[in-house]
Amino acid sequence: MPHANALYGPLDPASDAGYGDAPPRMGFFTDTSVCIGCKACEVACKEWNGVPESGLDLLGMSYDNTGALTANSWRHVAFVEQPRSVGRETPAFEGYPDGPAVSPATAAVGARTSTDTGTDPGLPPGSPVAAARMSGGPEFLGMPGGQPPGRGTGVEQRSDFRWLMMSDVCKHCTHAACLDVCPTGSLFRTEFGTVVVQEDICNGCGYCISACPYGVIDQRKDDGRAWKCTLCYDRLGAGMTPACAQACPTESIQYGPLDELRERAAARVETLQERGVPEARLYGHDPNDGVGGDGAFFLLLDEPEVYGLPPDPVVTTRDLPAMWKHAGLAALTMAAATAVAFLGRRP
Amino acid sequence: MTDATRRRHGRGHGGEQLTVPPAEFRSYYGRPILKAPVWKRDIAGYLFSGGLAAGGALIGAGAQLTGRPALRRVGRWTALGGTVGSAYLLVHDLGRPERFHHMLRVAKLTSPMSVGTWILTVFGPVAGVAAIAELGPRLPQHGVLGLARRLAPSVGDVAGLAAAATAPALATYTGVLLADTAVPAWHDAYPYLPFVFGGSALAAAAGVGLIAAPAAETVPLRRLAVAGAAIKLVGGHRMERLRITGEPYRHGHSGRLVRAGNVLLGVGAVAALLSRRSRALSVLAGAALVASSVATRFGIFEAGTVSARDPRYTVVPQRERLAEHGPTVADGRL
Repeated sequence: MPHANALYGPLDPASDAGYGDAPPRMGFFTDTSVCIGCKACEVACKEWNGVPESGLDLLGMSYDNTGALTANSWRHVAFVEQPRSVGRETPAFEGYPDGPAVSPATAAVGARTSTDTGTDPGLPPGSPVAAARMSGGPEFLGMPGGQPPGRGTGVEQRSDFRWLMMSDVCKHCTHAACLDVCPTGSLFRTEFGTVVVQEDICNGCGYCISACPYGVIDQRKDDGRAWKCTLCYDRLGAGMTPACAQACPTESIQYGPLDELRERAAARVETLQERGVPEARLYGHDPNDGVGGDGAFFLLLDEPEVYGLPPDPVVTTRDLPAMWKHAGLAALTMAAATAVAFLGRRP
Repeated sequence: MTDATRRRHGRGHGGEQLTVPPAEFRSYYGRPILKAPVWKRDIAGYLFSGGLAAGGALIGAGAQLTGRPALRRVGRWTALGGTVGSAYLLVHDLGRPERFHHMLRVAKLTSPMSVGTWILTVFGPVAGVAAIAELGPRLPQHGVLGLARRLAPSVGDVAGLAAAATAPALATYTGVLLADTAVPAWHDAYPYLPFVFGGSALAAAAGVGLIAAPAAETVPLRRLAVAGAAIKLVGGHRMERLRITGEPYRHGHSGRLVRAGNVLLGVGAVAALLSRRSRALSVLAGAALVASSVATRFGIFEAGTVSARDPRYTVVPQRERLAEHGPTVADGRL
């Protein structure tokens, strides 16, 4: 008998998947307030997991030259430049030559770039119009530049700015649409509650890619299969920390039992808000949310969509019983229409 | 107040509760949030060929039960042709075609593709047997083949009915296949897609019958074309009216394909009714019905891809939902 919340609502995924004596659910808490954008996580992940090269190009998206999570990038550090200060309105760069935005056009240029990630759909270009307003204001700082922003312009043109950095990763959802829709059983739930692709089973049908509400999983062009973060399943089994968390120099990426991480995250948000960062908020921590809570959740300093995350994702399989019901009704309608057409009187 | 309603009403952080949906959404360099479907046109083609096969099997069985042998043959061959085309397109679309049989490792109700695989696994062989049984009269009268010749009609009849029993599932599960994704235009259309696909399948198969079957046996097809068109147009109208996520069904290239499908369907259905005495008009009506189904499937397929590529279709509806109801919450039972 499936659990009442098998498709939606709070659930312990490992025991739901049939593990009798599962270890505690493990996950990531990524605290973006201490991320320094060093990309050690990206590199460590590639090295440990043997993830192929994902394009070497300057994308014009601040210091983000990875662009997105793809089959060939299982960690992705996002860089967002905003003409506003962190926390209380303390002018962080008073007296320094920081300064005016280059133009919203710079962001628009960033939206048009691409690189061959070796995956499909990989990193398609974005909407320049949407990019031009991504900083939430009319200004955009246009980093990186040859000089600090504002050098050479007058003091009066200088503005404050903040730099958001965030290491994105597969969310290892409680209700993982990718896993639910996989027709081969290649995607499976581990005893740690994480979601992993078995590369010897995947036949590249691509269903998981359309199903993921976060746009994480992606297909490698040269081998046809779908790939994503495994939360270093091989390391977890040996009691080790995943490569990205191990490499993170600021403990922005924290690994541990999910319950513990959720407590730690709640305390961290409280501390930040007390210290004058009212915009600090958690994302994906709530077991009551649309995906039953994420195994990898985040502390963000702006709205999720600013980092390229959906603001209120809901697992598509929540509506699956209703979908089958409609398909059943449509099937009956078809059968009835055929019967009527053939049983009608002969002219 | 329950925990759930409290959550719904009191979202603490940031105080950025919006009452009016933002006209201009925020984004990360305007990049898509979702990964657009990696399915190639094969899958749009399969939506058509699978529907055609299902409609053919239903027509074959109807003709079988009402004593219309020529129409029965057309129906059964349409079912087999559609199935063979479908199998080719489905395997060809895989990233690892040589591993297509991995689909048969599991049977999962949560995966419409798995359900569809098993529907096709049942439908394909029986539709094939029903069609091949039509070759019975060409076998010699005596010997082992003579026995096969005598058995062919009854085997064909049983197989034909079995194919017709699975056909409606084959034609409508594809609506769930597309809807059970994060693709905004597809997911939000889940109440309508199975009706659109089922209706379109009936119209297309009726169209093939109008082209290939002798005029004396096509009366049911004319009724079926009209019924299929009605089912499709009612479902499709509601689908195209979806406010934001229905946009790709109305605008751009995908919108033009969907509209072309609707126009061809209307023209085809009317022509089917009027063409009772004209062979040429019957063929034209049939061609319009088949073309309508192709345009509809490719239009819907493309609309989904468009909606996944533009972050607007991901962010704006979710923001509106947040503004109206607060964050999506399940009731807190564990």
